[in-house]
Order: sequence, then structure tokens, then C-alpha cells
Amino acid sequence: MTFSPQLEARFAELLTHYPEGRQRGALIPMLMYAQDEIGAVTQELMEELAKRLGITTLQVDEVTGYYSMLHKKPQGRYHLQVCTNVACMLRGGAELYDHACKKLNLGHKQTAADGKFSLEEVECIGACSWAPAIQVNYDFHHEVTTGKLDEILEGLK
Amino acid sequence: MSNLVKLTINDTPVEAPAGSLLIDAAKTAGIEIPAFCYYEGMSLQAACRMCLVEIEKAPKLMAACVVPVAEGMVVRTESEAVVKARKTTLEFLLTNHPLDCPVCDKGGECELQDMVFKYGAGESRFTEVKHHVPEKQWSPVVFYDGPRCILCYRCVRVCNEGMGVGALGVVNRGVVSEIAPSHGDHLECDECGSCIDICPVGALTSGAYRYKTRPWEMEHTGTICTHCSDGCKTTLGTRNGEIVRGNNRDRSGVNGEFLCVKGRYAFDFNHHPERLQAPLLRVDGKLEEVSWSRALQVLVEKFKAVRDAKGNVGVIGSTRTSNEEAFLLQKFARTVFGTNNIDHHRSGDVATLLDALSGKTGALGTSADCYTSKAVLIIGADLSQQHPFLANQIRANVRHHKTPVYVVTPGAVREDKTAKKAVRAGEDWLAAVENLKGSLAGEKELLVVFGDAVKGEGLRKLVALGDSLGIPVKYIALVDYANSRGAMDMGLLPDLGPGYHAVEGKAGLTLPQMLAATDLDLVWVVGANPLKKASLASSKAFVVVQDLFRTETAERADLVLPAASAYEKNGTVTNTCGEVQRLKKAADTVGAKTDLAIIGLIARGLGVNLGKVDADNVFAEIQKTVRGYNVPLPVIVTGGAAQTQPVNGRVPSNVLPDLIRSAGDTLFTTGTLTKYSKVLNEVMEGPGGLYR
Repeated sequence: MTFSPQLEARFAELLTHYPEGRQRGALIPMLMYAQDEIGAVTQELMEELAKRLGITTLQVDEVTGYYSMLHKKPQGRYHLQVCTNVACMLRGGAELYDHACKKLNLGHKQTAADGKFSLEEVECIGACSWAPAIQVNYDFHHEVTTGKLDEILEGLK
Repeated sequence: MSNLVKLTINDTPVEAPAGSLLIDAAKTAGIEIPAFCYYEGMSLQAACRMCLVEIEKAPKLMAACVVPVAEGMVVRTESEAVVKARKTTLEFLLTNHPLDCPVCDKGGECELQDMVFKYGAGESRFTEVKHHVPEKQWSPVVFYDGPRCILCYRCVRVCNEGMGVGALGVVNRGVVSEIAPSHGDHLECDECGSCIDICPVGALTSGAYRYKTRPWEMEHTGTICTHCSDGCKTTLGTRNGEIVRGNNRDRSGVNGEFLCVKGRYAFDFNHHPERLQAPLLRVDGKLEEVSWSRALQVLVEKFKAVRDAKGNVGVIGSTRTSNEEAFLLQKFARTVFGTNNIDHHRSGDVATLLDALSGKTGALGTSADCYTSKAVLIIGADLSQQHPFLANQIRANVRHHKTPVYVVTPGAVREDKTAKKAVRAGEDWLAAVENLKGSLAGEKELLVVFGDAVKGEGLRKLVALGDSLGIPVKYIALVDYANSRGAMDMGLLPDLGPGYHAVEGKAGLTLPQMLAATDLDLVWVVGANPLKKASLASSKAFVVVQDLFRTETAERADLVLPAASAYEKNGTVTNTCGEVQRLKKAADTVGAKTDLAIIGLIARGLGVNLGKVDADNVFAEIQKTVRGYNVPLPVIVTGGAAQTQPVNGRVPSNVLPDLIRSAGDTLFTTGTLTKYSKVLNEVMEGPGGLYR
């Protein structure tokens, strides 16, 4: 499996952060960066990283399955995460999520057929002070209302 | 000795070594702190929350399995808060756990059941529908029932750390977490079943045992596994005379709770439909079933005629029969027929080792030494394939003591992964060991474990090299089967009698010589299959075979006597380290007799007095007459292992190195018995280089 030279360079640099014999510590960032490039954590990717870090594919699978930001299925170009945890829920997060479902015609962890959007109902994203909050890929949007959500979605091309 | 720390548990003063865990300290003081995920010898997990205790000055309840003892610590294990926490933990564990105990294999010996009985609440506040997923089969012997799993990680750890296989993991998280096998939907592993054994609940169940019986309906018999030569104690569970389970949960025996696929499942040969249940006599060229009295009549007449005519006799003994049987067989042959034509399939050069170590004490390694020795050298043996228990001991030694292991083998082996140095060498192993001499001499002590490549002169050179290191060195000569070692010790050899004494008169024929001889009148094969890949040159020979099955050798026989298996007899066997342990009868096969009984019946027919033919009596004679076997009887009788003493005198052996050859079994083969074990034939991994 081959990665872009930029990603390879990033991997090489990452591995220097960990003491000799503990390179497996780099697994999570490697998975995240590789997911950004490939679009999902594929079986092939898990096998490749297992080989590089000297662990079993099952051990990579354990980590992948545990972290909610790692996905085995490809996400949309815009991955919409709506928080419905306590703070956001109290400020209308659940309604926001329902609105997003209707608007995008998608459910939890579903991806649109054209691959543009995917939707996920998530636990706390650490933006409680500006609840309700959503996250589109790596960008945060604060104090979102249904109207503001429509604007955000329309602004995405 | 580490410093003792003083603490108080439940108002009782307790002393424990600094650094020890609270849960262990309490146990030593006789106070039970319940736990699921904590498991002695494995890494700490702190997953189950069952061991929560109250520690003064700590802001909340602490998990006793990960808290080290501290000076002045005040602990309460039965306070109101702790009792409530335990109840709640159990309530949570039961949220999705199905209450199918009446049909669960584990019911009756389930740790969760026991804990709920002792610490749990009779009621649950949960009224939600239980999360359910269907049961999965991962291999012929491993089934996984997800909802029953309490995610204690014991199976994952025993597979990763204990076995060094790493075939199990935990995927997903939260309520949908589950144990997952290495290959997506199935396992490719040692199939040792340690994961099933260690599972506190009925999540992992055994293909061989599931739905066969309730645990309390079994009788349990601790005996010695009849497969490889490591001498593991396997506790056979029998129901209505049928063996349905093998495990060793009581941790008796040299192996503790360890068992490989053979000890745990490969007892199934015992009930194979092709087991012989009546003697077979060749009539008009065909083997026909006859009664025991008819068979013995023919046999005694034939033996008498050969004895009186001073005919040529060849006797081939077994690597699986008991010491008593081997001893009596050679005694019969030597006294009744006056012959030294006695041999067996040899797989390790114990005679030369004992000779080379003559005059030294403490130079014979035990299975316990594999765990305690401060350095280990493995030469020419794939331990994980051929000696799974010794391999497990060495793995545990590395895990717990960071012991350096040196590996000198022709191919890659599992031990490479944790070895300090791994060198590839076959015939040239001695040169490779000499290259390691500098490192070896720097160790505090050394245990050398070697396979069949090390024999004769090479072995003498190895011992000389060991002497030159200037550190204490112990040796283990690896042999193939459950009583390969005992067969040698008991004198199933043409040139050596019991205890490695030179035979009276001329040395007899070796096994290949017997097969090649054209003038043998009688060939008596007890529990061996020499004609598997060879033929008998003497066409006139009357061939008597005692065996469990119609082997290739039995097909050539004129008379076949159905023999009892090792699981159907009392007696002793000696493992590859020279540790003597007791066989205990667990089952019966109608029509079969023990080889000891058969030899006794023949002797009676001939009017020969061999002394009282029962296992205890013959063992008493062995103790008195066989060098090295004056072992303490109470140790053996109580199910322990007593190592034979070194012979401490020269062994006048004229070893023919070519005769010493391991059959090269793998984890999933066991010589002739392989064919008759359904389990070993079903698991598809073997033979070979998995997980290297």
C-alpha cells in the first residue's frame, strides 16, 4: 500500500516521537492522517499499519473500532457531526439533529449516495460553552440554529 | 527479600511485601476480594470493577487489583459502600447477560453465578430489552456467545501473553464491544482452548464439550496426558464412562492450568469407533475376532513353543505405555525368552546425556526450571510445536523475569520473538552454540533444552562446552511421547537394561535390525507401530500385536490383542525431564485389557512367576531395582511429580545416533494416534509454521 510523499514524511516524523520499541504508540495519529487521505480505515490500511508497527491486524482493528472518529466506511466529502450530549441537548441539539436528518435525508452514520454529505449524531465535542455545536469535518460551528444549519449546508459546495 | 509493609485490612493487621497488590495481600491474609478480570500471572486490566474496596483517605472506592500496598494503609473490604458497589457492579454485568444458566455449559461452575450468589442482589432495576447477538463458531473447538461475555479480557491476555499467539482481541466499544478472533470470522491459532478454560462465564465454550453434560454430573480423574512427553496433568471429566472433557482447573500437576490442544481435546481417540474390543486371530489369512480365552490359548502355545525351541524373538515396546508395562515387558523378554532383542522408537539421546553428566549433581533440568532458570538455551527444537508446555514455561519465564533466551534452530520458531539471540543452524548447531559462548558465560545459570539433533559425540561436546562456561548448567533432552523417557529408563533397549545397566550377555538387535532380520520366529509388538512405513523381513515370524487400533503393524499380525489406553489404566509415566507421575484410570473400553494385565495373563499361562502383576507392586520393584527411580512414593501417590535422580555412574551405551530420530510431530499431530483424534484432524492450522 502506498501513501502520498507528504503522508509518508508525516509518518516518518511521527515515529520519532516514540521511544524505540514503543512505535505502536503512533497508531492513532497514523490512522487519523491515513483516513484523511484515503477516506476510510480500510482492511488494507489496517494490515499495512500493523505491519509497519509490528502488531497484529486485530490490534489495529481494536483501536479502530474503539475510537468514534475512525471510520471503516467512507464518509461524505462533508462529514456533519451533531452533538446531542447534555449541554447541546438542553439548547436544542436534538432538534438540530432531527432537522439535519430531514434536510439531508440521512440517518445516523449514513452517507449520501452522491458522496457529498454524511451525518453522525455524536457525544460531546467539547464545545459546551457555545451549545448547540456541530462539526463539519474539522471545522466547528457554534450556537447553531436550524436556520443557521441551513445556511451552513448551503454554503458547502 | 523485599521489605514488608504493614497495613490493616478489616481491622486485621496484615504484612505484605512492598510492591505487592492489595488483592494479593488480602488473599494471603485469608480475606477474599472478589474479582473477574484480575488473574494471577497475567497483566493487570482493572476492567471489571468487582474488586472495589474502601481505603481510608482515598476519595473514592479503589480497585484492589491495581493498588499496591502502602505503609499504614487502612482498608475495608466489607463496608456498606463496598457491598453496595459490588451489588451494583453485578447488576451492571447482568444488564445484557442472558439468564440461560440452565442450558449454559458453565452453569454450576460459573464465576458470575457464584459471585451473584454470594455478593449480588436478587433483583435488577433494568427492564430494558437485553442486547442480543447470535452465537458464533470460530473454530471446530471454540464457540463465542457474545451476550454472555463480561469483557474481563482474560481470554485476550492468556492468548497474547500466555500463549504468545495473539489471536483474540476486543473490538468496538460500549455495549457492542465483543471479543473478536484473529481472522475476521474465524480463529487460526494453537486451538489450545486456554481462552475457554480461563473464561469466568460461558461466553467461550468448547466444541468438544458443549451441551454434553452438566458439570456436576461428571467424575473427575487427574491423569497424565498421553500425547507429547511434557507430562501435563489433565483432569478428565467422565460421564457414564465416556471422557467428555479435559482440563486442569485445579492447577495440580507440573503444568498448573496449562494444556495444549492435545491435553484438552485429543482424548477423543479413546472413544473412536475403530477401537479394538476383541482379540483378532489370523484364520485363513484373515484377521477374525476371537474370544480372549481362545486368543490367550493360541498365544501361550506359540510362546511356549518358541521358548522351548529357543527360537529367535524380537520385542518392540511402546513410548506410551506405563513404566510398569515397559519394565514387565523387558523382564518377561529377558527372563522367559532370554533375549536382548528389545527396542522402541528412540527420539532423544538420554543415555549419552546421563553418561556425560555422570558424577554431577543438579544437572538435570525439570519443567519447573524452564520457568525459574535465569537463562535458557534452546537447540534444534520447535518447542511451541512439539513441547507446548515447556514452551509455555519459558514464555512465562521471559514475561515474568525478563529471562534471556538463546535460540539455535534450523528454522524460525515462536521463541525467536522474545529471544535475546536467535541463530539459524541445523547440523552445525555446535558451531553456533560456540559462537554464543561469550554471552552464555555472562549468564548466572543456564538451562539447555535440546532436540534430537543433539546426540552422541555432539552431545558430549555440548556438555563439555557447558562445563567450560563456569556457571551452573542444567540439561533437558527432549523426547517425543508420554513415556518415551520411561521406555529408555525401563530398559526397552537392546544394550541397556533397566536403569541403564549393561545387559547380561550380548547386546540384542535394534529395532531396524529386528525389522530387517529374516530369521525371527516371534515378533511381539506392544503399543507401537513400527510397520507404519517399514516392512518386516522375516516372513515366517508369528507377529503378536497389542494395540488400541488396527494399525499398519496390526494388519501384519497373526494375533492382535485389544489394549487399554493410558487413560484406562493405573501406573506411572516419566516425562522428558525425568519427572515420574501417576496415571489414574478414568475410563474403560469393553474388551480391552491393559498391557500389564495381558503380560500377566501370558506369564500365568506359561507358568512363569513375574511377581504380583499389579501397577503398585511392579512400581515397588522398579523403585528397588531401577537406578534413579528410588523416588518418594508419597509425592507420586498424591498426584505430584518426582524427578528421577541422575544415574551417577557411567552408562555403557553404544549409542547409534542414527536410531535417535524424533517423529517431528506438530501441535496437531501425535504419531499413530493422530489418525484417531477427530479434533486434531478437524483443526486445519497444522502442521507448521503458524505465528512464527
